[in-house]
Amino acid sequence: MNESKQYATFSLHGLFLGVEVLKVQEVIRYQEMTRVPLAPPTIEGLINLRGQIVTAIDLRRRLELPPRPAGQRPMNVVVRSEDGPVSLLVDEIGDVVEIEDDAYERPPETLKGVARELVTGVYKLSDRLLMILDTGKAVSLTAGFGSPPLAGS
Amino acid sequence: MDEITKEFLVESYENLDRLDRDLVALEHDPHSAELLGSIFRTIHTLKGTSGFLGFGPLESVAHVGENLLSRLRDGHLRLDPEITSALLALVDAVRFMLGRIEETGQPGDRDYSELVALLARLNERPAVDAPALEPRVPVAAGDVRAAPVPSVLAPPPPADPQPAPSKAVASETTTQPADNGEARGPAVSDSTIRVDVGLLDKLMNLVGELVLARNQVLQFSAQRTDSAFLATSQRLNLITTELQGSVMKTRMQPIGNLWSKLPRVVRDLAATCGKQARLEMEGQDTELDKTIIEAIKDPLTHIVRNSVDHGIERPELRVEAGKPAEGCLKMRAYHEGGQVNIEISDDGGGIDCARVKQKAVQRGLLAPEQAARLSEHEALHLIFLPGFSTAEKVTNVSGRGVGMDVVKTNIEKIGGTVDLQSQPGRGTTLKIKIPLTLAIIPALIVTSGGDRFAIPQVSLLELVRLEAEQALRQIEFIHGAPVYRLRGQLLPLVDLQRELKLAPPAREPAAPAGAVNIVVLQADGHPFGLVVDEINDTEEIVVKPLGKQLKGVPCFAGATIMGDGRVALILDVLGLAQGASVVADVRDRPRRETGAAARKPADPRSTLLLFDAGQGGRMAIPLSMVARLEEFSSSAIEFSGSREVVRYCGQILPLIRVARHVPGIAAPSAESGMLQVVVHTENGRSVGLVVGRINDIVQESIGVRRHAPGDGIFGSVVIQDRVTDLLDVQSVIRLAEPSFYPASAPHAA
Repeated sequence: MNESKQYATFSLHGLFLGVEVLKVQEVIRYQEMTRVPLAPPTIEGLINLRGQIVTAIDLRRRLELPPRPAGQRPMNVVVRSEDGPVSLLVDEIGDVVEIEDDAYERPPETLKGVARELVTGVYKLSDRLLMILDTGKAVSLTAGFGSPPLAGS
Repeated sequence: MDEITKEFLVESYENLDRLDRDLVALEHDPHSAELLGSIFRTIHTLKGTSGFLGFGPLESVAHVGENLLSRLRDGHLRLDPEITSALLALVDAVRFMLGRIEETGQPGDRDYSELVALLARLNERPAVDAPALEPRVPVAAGDVRAAPVPSVLAPPPPADPQPAPSKAVASETTTQPADNGEARGPAVSDSTIRVDVGLLDKLMNLVGELVLARNQVLQFSAQRTDSAFLATSQRLNLITTELQGSVMKTRMQPIGNLWSKLPRVVRDLAATCGKQARLEMEGQDTELDKTIIEAIKDPLTHIVRNSVDHGIERPELRVEAGKPAEGCLKMRAYHEGGQVNIEISDDGGGIDCARVKQKAVQRGLLAPEQAARLSEHEALHLIFLPGFSTAEKVTNVSGRGVGMDVVKTNIEKIGGTVDLQSQPGRGTTLKIKIPLTLAIIPALIVTSGGDRFAIPQVSLLELVRLEAEQALRQIEFIHGAPVYRLRGQLLPLVDLQRELKLAPPAREPAAPAGAVNIVVLQADGHPFGLVVDEINDTEEIVVKPLGKQLKGVPCFAGATIMGDGRVALILDVLGLAQGASVVADVRDRPRRETGAAARKPADPRSTLLLFDAGQGGRMAIPLSMVARLEEFSSSAIEFSGSREVVRYCGQILPLIRVARHVPGIAAPSAESGMLQVVVHTENGRSVGLVVGRINDIVQESIGVRRHAPGDGIFGSVVIQDRVTDLLDVQSVIRLAEPSFYPASAPHAA
């Protein structure tokens, strides 16, 4: 009856978000990044993850939140995707929490914009709400927008 | 799927490929006992194994085929086109069933009764009483039963099968088990193993990592003085390079694997079109990376189909034109300068430029006045436009207008180039140049706007540096578009910073402030200059793909990790050129092809060597015909018979004095005592052409403006505002050194 799931949590512009812990490959500190000219703005750059090239997506821009204050260095939450690992840039890393399914609720209908598509549900914790992010949709830049802006010509 | 079935599939596919080849070869040499034996054994093995594994339909189809083949083998039936077609249909059916087995585990329930009936009916034919066959049959039969090992494992040469081995060989090998179908050569299978391609890919990736780590270590070692450390890193460097080479080799496959399917394609297609064609192949053992082999598979098949369908004429037309009724398609592969060249040439009707232009206009690909301005070479390249087709009607072979443009795009995608030459009435040659491997490539590292970028060296032509003052003077503007005169030709300039929007857009195409670095690149045959802030170094880089989030960005071909561990982007030169409209965007090309972008002063050109044949006598030859330029003292000349020769690289180099063979030119003055010699090498043999003076090397469009009669001169072109004769090297050699070309060799164009 009391099923429960584990989520890796992080904060982003004061929001408390979580992704399924099994989707997370690793969490690493800020890495030097190579920007990609002409790329969609949500793409912050490329990082070298032990010889593998990983695209880093700025989750603030992805969720259409205000930009990160200057001087604040994001953390990389490297998640597994169909297309290999992708890094999501977040403000701060929280704990891994285990939550019972009873606390789950679907996101309210009033949730608008990109978040409506990327947030799959909400957990009611004692002191705050935890929004669960669909990593698959978060790394696929087409979800939530019409289509990615074609840069260049 | 279990291991046994997998093994069975892998093996059977290999066997089928050989079957295709053998059957076509057999048609040319219907009495070859060796080929018949090999085919029979393959089918027999297939029947046995499929029965064992319980693939009923496959077994029954193979069974009737085997019956038919055994009668052929024993000389009771003679091979004719009908039987060949039926056997090829059998191969197709088997291939289809294998495909089903691979997908579903079962051979499927398609009805093969028609094919079975056809094979059975052919088998019913009365035995031929062909006395001509008699003497060979006993030997053949013994041989077929007895000598399975060598012929099973070593595929017989496709076009020129060996005569049946002597009886002595046959009797010697009869000691082997008679169940020849299952025979495997232990000697060969012991020295080779099958390895999963996935494992090789992984190995390749690891070596890539090692190369990066090595680069990092080398960078550190440059700052150290510890000699033991330096020696160790040097050794690491050597070993890594060797390891990289060896691992790369494991992924190499001879291009013959890919070509083995083509004789069948040519045969079937020629039969459908009512033509006669044969395929000659040279350099089958040229090796290429597996991924490249995969990538060129479809383009090559398409080109071959095109050549048969469009290139080779109907037999009656060929005879009328004085050519043999059977058309000849030649494929040649060879390594050159770290690249692989593949040539596909036919001796067909060539491409009619006028008709190509007319069709392009008809299809709305360009305006009539634009068509009139095109040079011959440009007109030929119209066939690479999307939507182009000269076929009068749509057939299942061609005429749908999807074709050469896809071929070109696919080849360019892997960093290759396609060139086309055609002579009306003589045939068409397609030249493809592709890199050996895609995994690790040499690249030039440049910096722009503080970021590093890698440029694949295949697209690199040269580097130009202009000091501040020069840059101010020599970079000119055509309506705001910067150009630079590179040896008299206008080179459009593209600023990497502006193109990639690295700096705020305020930067106008203004006169440069300091020194300018220009990387001269070639995209799609169009040279252009890329202006970068700094040119760093060349480096071997490991190409890594970009994530799918970045697939929409056209300027990058991938990324790599530099020695300091940071990521650098690899520029996609073609995408960049399209972004900057140096070449027209592929998608818009049909409408805009000859718009402003394509009219830029960048038409395809060849590199020519300019020289004086004697005293004066300005001439040129394509640089591709020049092996080396040498200078000999006239005292080095020796005589062989009445011919002048010099000793050169341990060989005897015959000398030809060009001035003697070109009318109206005075011999060069001998007073300097030195001879200027252009060494020309063909088929491993060299001659030296003695000329008066070597002048220059220029790039010029080689459209011959005036065809000159008479031997020795091919025609005339205008180079650097002067009329220049093109020396017909081959006819001069033929005049002076008839023995240079073997008597049987066809007149190469």
